[in-house]
Amino acid sequence: MRVKVQEAPFDVADEMRGFGAPGTGAIVTFTGVVRNSDSGNLTAMEIEHYPGMTEAALAQIATRAQERWQLGDVLVIHRHGRLIPGEQIMMVATASRHRKAAFEAADFLMDYLKSRAPFWKKEITADGAEWVAARDEDEAALDRWSPEL
Amino acid sequence: MDVLYFAWVRERIGMPRERIETQAATVADLVDELRSREDRYAAAFADLSALRVALDQELGAFDAPLAGVREVAFFPPMTGG
Repeated sequence: MRVKVQEAPFDVADEMRGFGAPGTGAIVTFTGVVRNSDSGNLTAMEIEHYPGMTEAALAQIATRAQERWQLGDVLVIHRHGRLIPGEQIMMVATASRHRKAAFEAADFLMDYLKSRAPFWKKEITADGAEWVAARDEDEAALDRWSPEL
Repeated sequence: MDVLYFAWVRERIGMPRERIETQAATVADLVDELRSREDRYAAAFADLSALRVALDQELGAFDAPLAGVREVAFFPPMTGG
């Protein structure tokens, strides 16, 4: 299991080299990209985080995924700092014997790190800067995985 | 103890962290103490339902006790991913 919190860009192919374990039959990767606004006016996305707690929270979420599914490997990378639209912001990867566990675990990791990892996004446009509000749907998405917290 | 602020809480209060000597028994007591200090704190803590708290880097509740806690952080709901 690897968890990385970094300002620098990452390369999915580099990260996937050597990923998995003996017996792995399926690898799922998900990459999140900084999405421009509907009007295309987003200049940048600034991502703040809580050094220390961020790494611990991501490791805790990854550990929960490993407890719940038979995973040969797990990787979570999340960037912080100033990113522009189109840049890769985060990725998760899961390895398992069969694809269902890998897909489900990746979905679980995404749901949890959206509302349980201490990151905050701020959208910068020509008109100013605005913190992104948490969405009720993101919180509701966690219910799917109950009895997890 | 060290008190940390993130995102718009940090912006409203005007600093990322400070050291506070307090006898507050719970997080809620600490919030009351901070609110009574200055308007910027009152503004940041106006609506607790819009805030989350972490105690020693673990998510916690506003009625949690502060005994033994070294670091308290206040921030809005997280928006990772």
